[in-house]
Amino acid sequence: MSADAVVQLAHGGGGRLTRELIEREIVPRFGSGPLRGLPDGATLPSPGDRLVFTTDSFAVQPLEFPGGNIGHLAVHGTVNDLSVCGGDPKWLSLALIIEEGLPFSVLGRILDSVRAAADACGVTVATGDTKVVARGQGDGLYVNTAGIGSAFPEFVLGTERICEGDCVLVNGTLGDHGMAVMSARQNMDFINGPVSDTGSVHRLVGAVRAFGAAVRFMRDPTRGGVATVLNEMVEGRELGILLKERDLPLAPATRAVAEMLGIDPLHAASEGRLLLICDRDSSSAILKRWRALPEGAGAVCLGTVTRDKGRVVMETVTGGRRLVDVPRGELLPRIC
Amino acid sequence: MNYIDGFRDPDVAAQFVRLIAEQGRELAANGRHMHIMEVCGSHTMAIGRYGIRQLLPANVELISGPGCPVCVTDPGYIDAAIALAGQGAILATFGDMIRVPGSDSDLTECRSAGGSVEVCYSPSAAVDLARNHPDREVVFLAIGFETTIAPVVSLVGEAQSAGVSNLSLLTAFKLVPPALRALLTDKEIKIDAFLCPAHVSAIIGSKAYEPFAAEFHVPCVVAGFEPLDILYGVHGILGQALKNEASVENQYARVVRSEGNPVAQARIAKYLEPVDASWRGLGVIPASGLGLRPEFAAYDAEKKLGVPVRPGRLHPGCLCGEVIKGKLRPTSCPLFGKACNPDHPVGPCMVSAEGTCAAYFKYGLPGERQGGGK
Repeated sequence: MSADAVVQLAHGGGGRLTRELIEREIVPRFGSGPLRGLPDGATLPSPGDRLVFTTDSFAVQPLEFPGGNIGHLAVHGTVNDLSVCGGDPKWLSLALIIEEGLPFSVLGRILDSVRAAADACGVTVATGDTKVVARGQGDGLYVNTAGIGSAFPEFVLGTERICEGDCVLVNGTLGDHGMAVMSARQNMDFINGPVSDTGSVHRLVGAVRAFGAAVRFMRDPTRGGVATVLNEMVEGRELGILLKERDLPLAPATRAVAEMLGIDPLHAASEGRLLLICDRDSSSAILKRWRALPEGAGAVCLGTVTRDKGRVVMETVTGGRRLVDVPRGELLPRIC
Repeated sequence: MNYIDGFRDPDVAAQFVRLIAEQGRELAANGRHMHIMEVCGSHTMAIGRYGIRQLLPANVELISGPGCPVCVTDPGYIDAAIALAGQGAILATFGDMIRVPGSDSDLTECRSAGGSVEVCYSPSAAVDLARNHPDREVVFLAIGFETTIAPVVSLVGEAQSAGVSNLSLLTAFKLVPPALRALLTDKEIKIDAFLCPAHVSAIIGSKAYEPFAAEFHVPCVVAGFEPLDILYGVHGILGQALKNEASVENQYARVVRSEGNPVAQARIAKYLEPVDASWRGLGVIPASGLGLRPEFAAYDAEKKLGVPVRPGRLHPGCLCGEVIKGKLRPTSCPLFGKACNPDHPVGPCMVSAEGTCAAYFKYGLPGERQGGGK
């Protein structure tokens, strides 16, 4: 195969080329476990009494961006969804919808990333599917992953368990993925620009099992950012949330690009962050455990739960107060 | 970002708030209430974002002005853009234009219906689009105040030197000083001082406001967009008011010079000439806009493609015009937050990233002090 070979429509036709695609790209990376022999489905040992099950589809432009690619996202996204439900991720499915013309070199890099990310998270790609669509019918590559994990028995999670005085914790800087992709999409060639935080939060969840019921709720602030997650938590309730602008963890590059484009970093996606609401008395201990892990080194308390009926409010650096609203529609850069 | 942090210092902010409170008390002792218009939409947003209104004394009100280029654009302009897309043109635009209502539709609906609408972060992207689509006309939606005009109009030169002939501009450029004059001569609007725009002033220079200080006796202070800039600007205005003075002060001297930016001014004069312009809310103001000079007609979308901008129809209940003039506080509009919200905007002030209604909706805390127009 030449260095600039691309996927053809015939690679999805079910014939010899399909076989070639699977044997060259899929089997060497994923063919040793339940996928050995390419059965129609995976037969798996039950990981526990209670399962956590989720699915997510990934469409991102560009496919490769500073800090990662769609392959990393497809693993981390589903692993993180399982984790924030209090699950211990075990198995993934991997479905690829490839647009005719995608270079094999790009596909190979992305699948390498899927394998590396899955290994790092301790999950196995157990089943999968590949389709090829005609040029113009896809954005290079769409990926869907579904995931299964066992539920940790220690957690009792739910927004209804959140109480006044609880703390809102996060494991690092906010909005890095959203700003990295936005910069890459517009070919803004920054030196030291924003870098995606794509990563797994499963070890952070594992680290707080001991706190059991003191952990009220967990969520990964992806699309819509932290502002959306916090607003959803308190919408229509007697409770609110107070954030302190001084305490917001923002990477300098992300903050600079967000300022330039007029985007609120609280509205930008993170792909390796865990928002956790916990009892105030446990917050310091949780932060200490998180900070011992590389993915939790930047962990902080962002704010507290108040009685401010359904509102997320920020105390600004100047001492004023303002509403933190959800983003509306697509994030658009401003005119001047 | 360390540079920026200096202009957001909480301790210095607290000191300014104390000084402004003292000035407010002194003015109140003389029965004075100050209506300060922040002209620029970026000021409006920064004031909301940092919660600055609540930090000011009750007799010092910040009123939002007409300085949002999207908000003052006539709906007929959007109608013309949609018509051009219908003819097969690719529309290249800054992001916050795409949800501004025209008479019947907006550019997002146009895009969903198959129209080509490309959001650009930089005007130069339009030249690339034209190069990549040599068989189609690319129309750049050229709106904006002085800040935006020079880089946008430079597209004409870029296209000329690159030999790109399938690029044109649909212009609705507007100038700030004629709008300020229109507001000051409107007897129904009470303006005691202007917090003058930051980046517009970088182009036109702080001396552009001297006639207003002299003729209308209103203090004019040019201020940057950071919270300390704004507080410092308000402090300067109140200082003048206490001494019954009215002059132009340039608080934003790190960027703005008295004479402005002569390179940008020359660039603007090379390509553009004054035209009468229709402002939403303010109506037609003579010589308040800029259009392409006749020798650049080949880049003038209206002339080149035969699609003239005609006055559009406003939503009957929309009071954006009153908001733009500072006569109405957004929260006093019957549509605000109900029929008109960022998901379903009725008027442009709710759409734009710099719109007054959007700022109130996004940052305002009902039940807490809002300030704003009457």
